[in-house]
Amino acid sequence: MDKKEVVNLLNLQAKKIRQNIIKMIHEAKSGHTAGSLGMTDVFTALYFSFLNVNPKKPKDPDRDYLILSNGHICPGLYATLAARGFFKEQELFTLRKFESGLQGHPHRESLPELETTSGPLGSGLSQACGIALSLKRDKKNNKVVCLMSDGEHDEGNTWEAIMFAHKYHLDNLLVIVDRNRIQIDGNTEQIMPLGSLREKYLSFGWGVIDINGNDMQEIVNALQRATIEREKPLAIIAHTTPGKGVKFMEHDYNWHGRAPNEEETKRALELLK
Amino acid sequence: MKELKATREGFGEGLLLAAKQNTAIWALTADLASSTGLLEFSKEYPERFVEVGVAEQNLVTVASGLAATGKIPFATSFAVFSPGRNWEQIRTTICYNNQSVKIIGSHAGLGVGEDGATHQALEDVALMRVLPNMDVIVPCDFIQAKKATIAISKTKKPTYLRLTRQKSQIITKETDKFEIGKAQILRKGQKDTVIIIGCGPLLAEALIAAEELKKEKISCTIINLHTIKPLDEQTILTLAKKTGKIITIEDHQIVGGLGSAISELLSEKLNVKYKMKIMGVENKFGESGTPEELYEKYKLNSKYIKQEVKKILK
Repeated sequence: MDKKEVVNLLNLQAKKIRQNIIKMIHEAKSGHTAGSLGMTDVFTALYFSFLNVNPKKPKDPDRDYLILSNGHICPGLYATLAARGFFKEQELFTLRKFESGLQGHPHRESLPELETTSGPLGSGLSQACGIALSLKRDKKNNKVVCLMSDGEHDEGNTWEAIMFAHKYHLDNLLVIVDRNRIQIDGNTEQIMPLGSLREKYLSFGWGVIDINGNDMQEIVNALQRATIEREKPLAIIAHTTPGKGVKFMEHDYNWHGRAPNEEETKRALELLK
Repeated sequence: MKELKATREGFGEGLLLAAKQNTAIWALTADLASSTGLLEFSKEYPERFVEVGVAEQNLVTVASGLAATGKIPFATSFAVFSPGRNWEQIRTTICYNNQSVKIIGSHAGLGVGEDGATHQALEDVALMRVLPNMDVIVPCDFIQAKKATIAISKTKKPTYLRLTRQKSQIITKETDKFEIGKAQILRKGQKDTVIIIGCGPLLAEALIAAEELKKEKISCTIINLHTIKPLDEQTILTLAKKTGKIITIEDHQIVGGLGSAISELLSEKLNVKYKMKIMGVENKFGESGTPEELYEKYKLNSKYIKQEVKKILK
């Protein structure tokens, strides 16, 4: 298959995942829509063209690790895991419901396919660092990928981890930042200006790649570069459109933590056809 | 004079012994390796040692990541900082996530002394006891700290181990058994006497008080409740039922500590009339001074234990 075909297939897959995200959040009547849709392309590329994972052996010691630090966009992760065959698609519609494995925020003991438990922001990267350091010292080749929001760069714990990854030369660690410029109270640059995350990571000793996080070709290219031997941890700053694919949700921070109603769901699915 | 040693020293020795047996044991520090007894470990096992700098939130979350790959990390700091500063990280990434991380909080209690209130953790047991999945252990001396360290390295549970800075009396023997969740009877009194239940180095004060009271023909049973969670309900209830007179002592706030845990148990499950006194710090912060001066001011030495025993017998 040539590159173009791969990208086309990934885009098709992403579309299906987006449809499920809308349906499951609508069914749950609550959940984080915008971030999940914004990161769907990244989730898809990771699980269908990058991560070494096996749905039949989720705890394979040679697997790659995906740590979702911004746990609130778990509908995106859940829908991707189902698409990749980790569990039945039907389970997606138990999201946020009583005794579901798909808790409102990811809980490893409820859904053993997960690597961590997350939701409270700022602590995922340190856990990814612990995993990466352990694997590196054991001379293992598993990759460790940590997904983060831009908003959680307000947290001190995030910067503690960024320094740590540099100190221990975690060349097996890849961070993908969802740079969608929104957080709960509004625009990131108004709430707490982050400025250039690129400059910040560079000055902390990391490698950095900026991409359009909704352009499948750019995502695939960046992930390819991430596998090239490097001596540093690497951050991909994925500039994404929150609510991507559903025009009336795009760039509107009100959709950060809102579920679509019946009519909005219909319109959204129409747009995602 | 008997040799004095700190519980944190016992931890350092215990960790070396445990690490020799089990290569999965790692140790982390937040710029306090020498104070928490990790220097030897860092030299002996550099590949299993992690220095995170002054960053306690990172300390426990990196530890959670290590545990996710099967390691048994011991995350060490002063108790005011860990679990004081990083409580939510411990709650979510260790307890709710159920990873086998050992939180080692040293320099707990008024016994820290001269550094003053900012560095005297008096709330740590309460903070850790309230978390589901977490075991809470407070060894009473050097020997017990060593044994407790080895014992917790063998469980898969998140655990909090509370340690102290000051050199204190050694009141247990190398041959004494240490079992998580099983209270140790340090001194057995006659029947119908007062039961003193405590944890940590203050138990030495309880032993002095009991010895002096013996001269006045008052006999006390002393229980070393080194494991505050899970609570040894059976031992406590059996003894409490016999006498109905219980005094607890700890170098910690009265709210949420050992006395509080026992009170919760007795109020629900002890079906006889009983009297209880909880000795601890009464809703105050500590201050600078020697441990002896502070225990006198905060009424936590043998003199005050004797007073409380006499009061409860009235």
